[in-house]
Amino acid sequence: MKSKINLKNYPNKTGHFDEFGGVYVSETLIHPLKELFQAYKKIATSLSFKKILKRELKDYVGRPTPIYYAESVSKFLGNSHIYLKREDLNHTGAHKINNALGQALLAKKMGKTRIIAETGAGQHGVATATACARLDLKCVVYMGEQDIQRQSVNVYRMKLLGAEVKSVNSGTKTLKDALNEALRDWVTNVDDTHYIIGSVAGPHPYPMIVRNFQSIIGDEAKSQFKKDYRCLPDYLVACVGGGSNAIGLFHPFLNENINIVGVEAGGFGINTGKHAAPLTAGSPGILHGNRTYIMEDKNGQIKNTHSISAGLDYPGVGPEHSWLKDTKRVQYTSVTDKEALSAFFTLTEKEGIIPALETAHALAYAFKLAKKLKNKKILINLSGRGDKDIDTISKLKNIKL
Amino acid sequence: MTSRIPSIFKTNANKQKKTFISYLVCGDPTENHTLLAMHIMADSGVDIIELGIPFTDPIADGPVIQKSIDRALKNNTSLKDVISVVKKFRQKNKLTAVVLMGYMNPVHKMGIKLFSKSIHDNDIDGVLIVDSPPEESITLNKQLKKYNKSHIYLASPTTTDSRMKGITKMSSGYVYYVTVKGITGSKLTDLNSIKSNVKKIKSFSKNNIPVAVGFGIKDSKSAKQIAKFSDGIIIGSSIVELMYKHSNNKKNMEKHLSNYLSSISKVI
Repeated sequence: MKSKINLKNYPNKTGHFDEFGGVYVSETLIHPLKELFQAYKKIATSLSFKKILKRELKDYVGRPTPIYYAESVSKFLGNSHIYLKREDLNHTGAHKINNALGQALLAKKMGKTRIIAETGAGQHGVATATACARLDLKCVVYMGEQDIQRQSVNVYRMKLLGAEVKSVNSGTKTLKDALNEALRDWVTNVDDTHYIIGSVAGPHPYPMIVRNFQSIIGDEAKSQFKKDYRCLPDYLVACVGGGSNAIGLFHPFLNENINIVGVEAGGFGINTGKHAAPLTAGSPGILHGNRTYIMEDKNGQIKNTHSISAGLDYPGVGPEHSWLKDTKRVQYTSVTDKEALSAFFTLTEKEGIIPALETAHALAYAFKLAKKLKNKKILINLSGRGDKDIDTISKLKNIKL
Repeated sequence: MTSRIPSIFKTNANKQKKTFISYLVCGDPTENHTLLAMHIMADSGVDIIELGIPFTDPIADGPVIQKSIDRALKNNTSLKDVISVVKKFRQKNKLTAVVLMGYMNPVHKMGIKLFSKSIHDNDIDGVLIVDSPPEESITLNKQLKKYNKSHIYLASPTTTDSRMKGITKMSSGYVYYVTVKGITGSKLTDLNSIKSNVKKIKSFSKNNIPVAVGFGIKDSKSAKQIAKFSDGIIIGSSIVELMYKHSNNKKNMEKHLSNYLSSISKVI
């Protein structure tokens, strides 16, 4: 398991994680991406910036988030121990704010006045709209028409926060098309606009920037675990759509001798083809500016995806995950809509914590693991809270609200 | 066969004429429409046809071309189909150059070696992959050079001088200068800066590579303005729109497309 190369030293200078990642964009975006890289290096790594961000994360976001020992669910499952990194307790209810606030602060320092973002479940959109309200930046969020319908509460939250939500009705009308539209906006308005990508996807330097802002999850978890339990967890488990919450937890642990598992959206089941699990059942290809595992047909067209959770409903994945899969450092697997739903109810009923449907995928796999293992410590990234999913759940259960 | 593109630019330059490049999406609404339109283009003064390879996620294209691609994808028009359309076109036309233009993933899926060989085997002249800048297309560049095919790269208002030098070095056939920061179908602005950038690219090129200008050219007036200082002009969205408008009547499409293209061709 222990690797000789330092897994934390990627991407390389050209933005690659070996054969993954890179800068597959049209010429107009090359210079803005280089500018962003330079600005990130100069500003975001400076002591003064770090100090400001640290204070914002503490006083505004509410960090550090606790690690909670889920005793009741652990007992219910068997002999292993379930721990939850409570990213759901962040301001706005998910890990997305870590990156949105970091990038918004960076954009402000770069002199940009307008922010754009794409969103699937709406969590990144809400986080970005929040950061923009806090920092007095104009905010436009692109969201697929289908997602607008299934995440209406978040749409309203974004509007309350002063953001303009633009409905995207091209292609599959979901997250990937929102990303296309945001890229088109950025290429047109690049002088005054910064694009806050919400996941560890997109062209270099985005996968690196987003990962670094999200790594606070793993950094905190590592020192909290050491302090409270005098050891590291045996397993890390997180859900993977684009993969920002997962990489945030995993990255600080990559050189440690522990098991790491990423859980994709298995939808109706991998064998039905109706899922969103490119690492489990896809192949390497090029989408949204980088080379990574994607879901494509035999002609290289991007396939439609399905997941009960809007935040995982994406045919690609961050390039670093593709690389961690191929180097075998991280194990990737999937659970179905049904399994995720069942885990959603288990956690809600046993612990009084309503998880996001995205997060429920990580829980479902971790619960399976806990039943199998003896006396192991499993740390799950509880990436977001489930309030936004109440509509979806009530419809499935035929409950009138 | 080696690429026709260098000699097309040379011949036109000798005649004090600018090269006319037109774009259309293959398979919108059918392959037969595409083939017919390509022949009309050749007969109406077009020198180089950029044939668009449909892709589900065309991040550099505006609404007109996006919708055109969607229609082509309804017929499952694949990269293989695009290549076979050129093969059919070549049965009657050996003079007009054809460039395949699109996004990297379909090419990546086919495999760069097989793709380059297919370009060679089917007498296609060049390739332009929008989302593969020089740093991500070294293998493709080598393969196309091996077959003496043109590899066209984009340059844009945001391209720095040092990048422009690199782009002129790796490009063959022509450099495609994008007039605006934006997507296809955008409006033309600031002629002076376009002019000075075209001049700059030419000065950087050691082998005097032609510079063709695209994005925002819609009519004979804008074509004429741009043709004054460039080696060629490229029209896409307007053609795609016009073809779509008349797609249910091929005779009408033939007439309108031919008139439109001729009106451009005679002023450049």
